[in-house]
Amino acid sequence: MATTNAAEPTRRDFIYIATGTVAAIGVGLAAWPFIDQMNPSSAVLALSSAEVDISSVQEGQQIVAMWRRKPIFIRRRTKKEIAEAEAVSVSDLPDPLARNLNLAEDAPATDKNRIEKPEWLIVIGICTHLGCIPLNNQGEFGGYLCPCHGSQYDTAGRIRKGPAPENLAVPPYAFLSPTKIKIG
Amino acid sequence: MRIALPLILIAALAGPALADDAANTTDALPPKDVQFTFQGPFGLYDRAGLQRGYQVYKEVCSACHSLNRVAFHTLGDDGGPGFSAAQVKALAAQAKIPADPNDRGELYNSSGERLTRPGIPADHLPAPFANEQAARASNNGALPPDLSVIVKAREGGAAYVYSILTGFGQKPPSSFKVLANKYYNPYFQGRNISMPPPLTEGAVTYSDGTTASVDQEARDVVTFLTWASDTKMEERKRMGFEVIAFLIVLAGLLYLSYRRVWRDMH
Amino acid sequence: MSGNSTYVPKNGLSRWFDQRLPIMRLAHDTMSTFPTPRNLNVWYTFGGILTFCLAVQIVTGIVLAMHYTPTAAGAFDSVENIRRDVNYGWLLNFVHANGASMFFLAVYIHMFRGLYYGSSKAPREVLWILGVIIYVVMVATAFLGYVLPWGQMSFWAATVITNLFTSLDQIIPHLGGSHAPGLGTTITQWLWGDFAVGDPTLNRFFSLHYLLPFVIAGLVGLHIWALHVPGNNNPLGIDVRGPQDTVPFHPYYTVKDGFYLCLFVILFAVLVFFAPEFTGNPDNFTPANPLVTPPHIVPEWYLLPFYAMLRSIPQKLIGVLVLFGAIVTLVFVPWLDTSRVRSMRFRPMMKQFFWLFVIDCLILGYLGSQEPQKVFHLGGVDISALWPARLGTLYYFAFFWAIMPIVGLIETPKPLPDSIATSVLGQSQPQAAE
Repeated sequence: MATTNAAEPTRRDFIYIATGTVAAIGVGLAAWPFIDQMNPSSAVLALSSAEVDISSVQEGQQIVAMWRRKPIFIRRRTKKEIAEAEAVSVSDLPDPLARNLNLAEDAPATDKNRIEKPEWLIVIGICTHLGCIPLNNQGEFGGYLCPCHGSQYDTAGRIRKGPAPENLAVPPYAFLSPTKIKIG
Repeated sequence: MRIALPLILIAALAGPALADDAANTTDALPPKDVQFTFQGPFGLYDRAGLQRGYQVYKEVCSACHSLNRVAFHTLGDDGGPGFSAAQVKALAAQAKIPADPNDRGELYNSSGERLTRPGIPADHLPAPFANEQAARASNNGALPPDLSVIVKAREGGAAYVYSILTGFGQKPPSSFKVLANKYYNPYFQGRNISMPPPLTEGAVTYSDGTTASVDQEARDVVTFLTWASDTKMEERKRMGFEVIAFLIVLAGLLYLSYRRVWRDMH
Repeated sequence: MSGNSTYVPKNGLSRWFDQRLPIMRLAHDTMSTFPTPRNLNVWYTFGGILTFCLAVQIVTGIVLAMHYTPTAAGAFDSVENIRRDVNYGWLLNFVHANGASMFFLAVYIHMFRGLYYGSSKAPREVLWILGVIIYVVMVATAFLGYVLPWGQMSFWAATVITNLFTSLDQIIPHLGGSHAPGLGTTITQWLWGDFAVGDPTLNRFFSLHYLLPFVIAGLVGLHIWALHVPGNNNPLGIDVRGPQDTVPFHPYYTVKDGFYLCLFVILFAVLVFFAPEFTGNPDNFTPANPLVTPPHIVPEWYLLPFYAMLRSIPQKLIGVLVLFGAIVTLVFVPWLDTSRVRSMRFRPMMKQFFWLFVIDCLILGYLGSQEPQKVFHLGGVDISALWPARLGTLYYFAFFWAIMPIVGLIETPKPLPDSIATSVLGQSQPQAAE
């Protein structure tokens, strides 16, 4: 290293430490744009919520809307389907949690905790086993059947039989009007 | 220094030689000397002007010119017109966006019109014509350019666009031939422009009560189009001051370190 | 000057690692203790600045490539997406675009410094030639990169420059059969992958633009290695005689390079934040249209002098040869300069020709930016811009092929100082020699 006079070591060191610190802060601040550019862009975020018109869905029918590249099942349940779902006891369910992103994490999987209006079942249409898309109105429980490994869901989208570990997730949503929902 | 004299000589000789011949009457006049609030390192967009400019674009220009790189949701962004989320949603909903195929796979209705759906904020502003050929067919063979980056795409920028918009109505010299389907505009290269004068007094009724003179309409739409070409300008300038201030501090510290390290050399 | 390493690992782990991959030793020897002449001035900081520029271009380029679409249909819009929607995309875009300009500003200063102080002369000939190769790859990289936004200038610059190869048709008019295309057209279509600049061209230009900066990085490694064999030259042009003439690179030149780099970055920031389109061309904001040629095709500023040279020659093949010859000429500089004295500080005659050369490059650059049919009106006489361009081109070649060899032989240099140390320590002010 340099053989300079050992004059004022504390003052000399301070300058170097100050410079090094400011330079390091600069590098850190400069690094942020490189990291943030990989986050979803504003074009992607503009699609972070979707409004869906449900006025054309008949009783007993289902439409599939896309939200954040996931299929969302919007199903208009018949009175029979609602009654069936309400009759099930939570202790009989393989997954006792509601998996409803509008509620607390520990909410139990009663039918009431799975819907906002009993007539409308709105769930993310991705099987919680390995991600296939379940088929509507199939299986023993009147709900869904996943063709990949045979998981079966009931009329509240809860897993009843098969390898899937969790009930179909309920996305965050709200009714803007009786015929329009906003997902996300 | 010895190089100064040759440089001065070259400048003196080159100076008059560089002045172009102004006698040619088809060359464009230089853009008008116009002041905008967004010019200069401290310049910002006039928020109300941006909103009025959007109105002028929508009610006048969008009949022929697309603005297809601007998405509705950006109309609510910082540094832009600053419409509220509700206003953005309403503006988007007014737009007719070409719809995806319906359940029967159709794109057109029985009258041959393209099926549309109301816009959402994520949509880009829709184009007035389906394609270039349709645009030309409706405009005597001329293609109205997309305006998303028009201010950056023209030498002279905002002043040039303003000059074009306010440059109509002048009487051409008797020797000048105005071609068919063209209009005289001395600020346009060749002076024969395909666009008819777009702005007239009172062409729009401003919701904030500002008088809609041609000059005002031109200023507002140019402000809006400048924003459309450069949506991040305000953030860019603000960050520029922060970064350069930081760098000046760092340069000062580095200089002091440099003097310290080298103090005992020589 | 490769001496013995004085690196001592500080702990057990460092010692273990040093025995297996002595990378810390290499860093210590080349960037910390490396003996560097004590009289290097500001013009010697541009090597470090260039390394910074290369790193900035690579890092911003890689993140931009995450969002860019290299197809004719998608390229222009993907760049607009970067500018409008990608988080800080506008910043990354402006840094990358203006970074290219800053890179060339630095490289030209670096090259002129090498000429002025005789850094190309023995024993640094290979160092100089590596530098010329790096410059050529930089020009290629910049040309490829400019095509990517797929604006009008992008497309037409690509068309004009790749069409240069068609001049080779004059050498072999037909490759097989009297209707077959010539050598030049065949090569050009091979470059294009099509019958004109199009999608295949854009895709391969993107691939090569991503590749070449890493080739530059490798060449820079060789360049620094070649430098470290004899060690740095210095403004006096005289050899280092002993340790009294040098200081360790760290902290003396790390802090000096750091300071000047910071000033350079301030200039860079002024461009990026307050004049981001200053070096750009408005025509590149019009999407590429193969059916409409812009009235005035111009390359970026750093290629303008060569553009002026090319256009000053009416015959296409000769113009192309002049263009390539101007760059190839640089390779021979170590042997064209016959002077025994390295630094032009002590060469009063050559110094003036050097400055004339600098002015010549600036004038050629200006001429390259003008329309081809430009005419100067000098007191009633009309002179086509082609004539000063031809004169400038002539001086460019004369400077290397006539002036350098002849002046080196006939001039009387000023007396050289005894050593770096005596020259530096002779001054009474306690300031660094500039």
